[in-house]
Amino acid sequence: MKRSLIALLAGVLVAFAAVAAPGAIDGVQKQPINVSAIAMFMVFVLATLGITYWASARTKSTSDFYTAGGGITGFQNGLAIAGDYMSAATLLGLTSLVYAKGFDGFIYTISFFVGWPIILFLMAERLRNLGKFTFADIASYRLDQNRIRTFAAFGSLTVVCFYLIVQMVGAGQLIQLLFGLEYTYAVICVGLLMMVYVTFGGMVATTWVQIIKACLLLGGGTLLMILAFAKFGFSFDAMFNQAVAAHKAGIKIMAPGSLMADPVSAVSLSLALLFGTAGLPHIMMRFFTVPNAKEARKSVFYATGFIGFFFLVVIILGISAIVIVGQDPQFFEGGIVGGKLIGGGNMPVMHLAKSVGGDVFLGFLSAVAFATILAVVSGLALAGASAIAHDLYARVIKKNLATSAQEMKVTKIASVGIGIVAILLGLLFKDQNIAFLVALTFGVAASVNFPVLILSMYWKGLTTRGALWGGVAGLISAVGLVILSPAVWVKVLGNAQAIFPYDHPAIISMTTAFVVTWLMSVTDKSARAAKEADAFEEQYIRAQTGLGAAAASAH
Amino acid sequence: MSENSIQARIRANPKFAEMVGKRTRFAIILSLVVLVPYYTFMMITAFNPGILAQPISEGNIITLGWPIGVVLVVGSWLTTGIYISRANGEFDSLNEQILRESHK
Repeated sequence: MKRSLIALLAGVLVAFAAVAAPGAIDGVQKQPINVSAIAMFMVFVLATLGITYWASARTKSTSDFYTAGGGITGFQNGLAIAGDYMSAATLLGLTSLVYAKGFDGFIYTISFFVGWPIILFLMAERLRNLGKFTFADIASYRLDQNRIRTFAAFGSLTVVCFYLIVQMVGAGQLIQLLFGLEYTYAVICVGLLMMVYVTFGGMVATTWVQIIKACLLLGGGTLLMILAFAKFGFSFDAMFNQAVAAHKAGIKIMAPGSLMADPVSAVSLSLALLFGTAGLPHIMMRFFTVPNAKEARKSVFYATGFIGFFFLVVIILGISAIVIVGQDPQFFEGGIVGGKLIGGGNMPVMHLAKSVGGDVFLGFLSAVAFATILAVVSGLALAGASAIAHDLYARVIKKNLATSAQEMKVTKIASVGIGIVAILLGLLFKDQNIAFLVALTFGVAASVNFPVLILSMYWKGLTTRGALWGGVAGLISAVGLVILSPAVWVKVLGNAQAIFPYDHPAIISMTTAFVVTWLMSVTDKSARAAKEADAFEEQYIRAQTGLGAAAASAH
Repeated sequence: MSENSIQARIRANPKFAEMVGKRTRFAIILSLVVLVPYYTFMMITAFNPGILAQPISEGNIITLGWPIGVVLVVGSWLTTGIYISRANGEFDSLNEQILRESHK
């Protein structure tokens, strides 16, 4: 076991060194190799591989693998949740949205944020008290083990796959751009490192990768904000005045614009972001890593603080980039100010780093962005591996009779399998327009995972039949409406007019899921349905008091 | 002692109803404290964006929307602090009493 780990680590390093060597690129790339970025990233990789080696000695039982034995503190978990939630899309995408649209970007950012308090108030303690390893534990607590667990596991895997594609493709493009590595190598590197972290280090290593990444992201972002804001003498007045003067939309960036022009679309977007967050399996899983409900609540408090703070930092970065990046010819293709940004629309924050901190700071921020992607994909891979090993293998196929050793073996096979799938998907979706996948991820999470989870915790009347029908209805309507939406029907399939006018399906698909679940539950008069309703009492008392909840394993 | 009788005792303990009632009410109130302002804000951006486009003071370039947005973010975070201070203090000590009494 230890020998194979060392061999794998060595393999990854050699592979990384090989692709980082200039000869391997053969001038395919327009971007020069960024030496300082690669050096800093290598430090991160070595540190995290060291942690993985340390964690592998502490990952013996299934509980260690899935939840780090439940021994993470609220503060650590808060940082790790922030690390799980703030992807490269947060750093790059949200700043570029503020850079391009001003206030509209702020509205989007706020919508990404307000789901967190709701998760705390409605879900955190019940999640911790009822769940052990996966969210399927809770969904199937008093319902049919085989069918509901299988369904919940596939719900998790669907979300994990969609989100992995988004992250892998983003990783490939970003690394190609920042490090000068070719897309294919970048995707393989990310996939291999993720496999090593998860397979050998399980939740312990994944948690620490996320904590380190969250610290780097928060520290790097704050430093960049201070450097950029200093250019305006730390005056909001000066910053906004110059931004309005520099932006081609002028004063319009100071007020709501086209993003929210359509109220239905605005509500649908906010529902997807709000409740989709509460249905992301890798986020829910983090609630099982703390010892009790008290620490679970604390972790949301810390996570919300870190995320909120970072989102406000992002706003200042976006606005200051309008002035600092938006008027500097060196950041535009052909030196034409107002033309195409070098590297594409997602790059304002990177150019900002170069402008105020030089090449070394750009290298640092690039390394942080890479680390960010690695941390998020590791969380996803772990959630996927748990759904396969714990839900499908140990509970459904082996009917809870698998030994710990057998289950551990499956977790490793599943982690490697997910790594391979992620690499293949990343290569397959190269150069595809994948904007719709974000809508799909959050749409499915909000319309499939969230309804069954919240109803199983809160509604005595929920039956197996209702949960299954509702889940299927949510899945079909979410996927179907995304296909008919502008992002796929027009931009991918090339039709002139979208059949469903909104990018986010949640307003329809979530409603459909809840209505169908309710209807098929109340009309379920079977004996099993009556038994399921009776079992609610025990579940309710456990959810409220933590009586019988999975405890932290002693080491 | 079987799990069932512990459960029955918890249920019969008036403190259980008190804790669940208080905590549920508190969680609902705080959810509304977050969601009502947020959706009001979203509806204003959709139906009457002019309100948010007003300057915060005469001649100032900063519009009302920005500070309101910051208040939404900071305020939502503060509600999580308010919730855990009560849930981890008052409600959890009630909960411990309930669990202790049910095991007697």
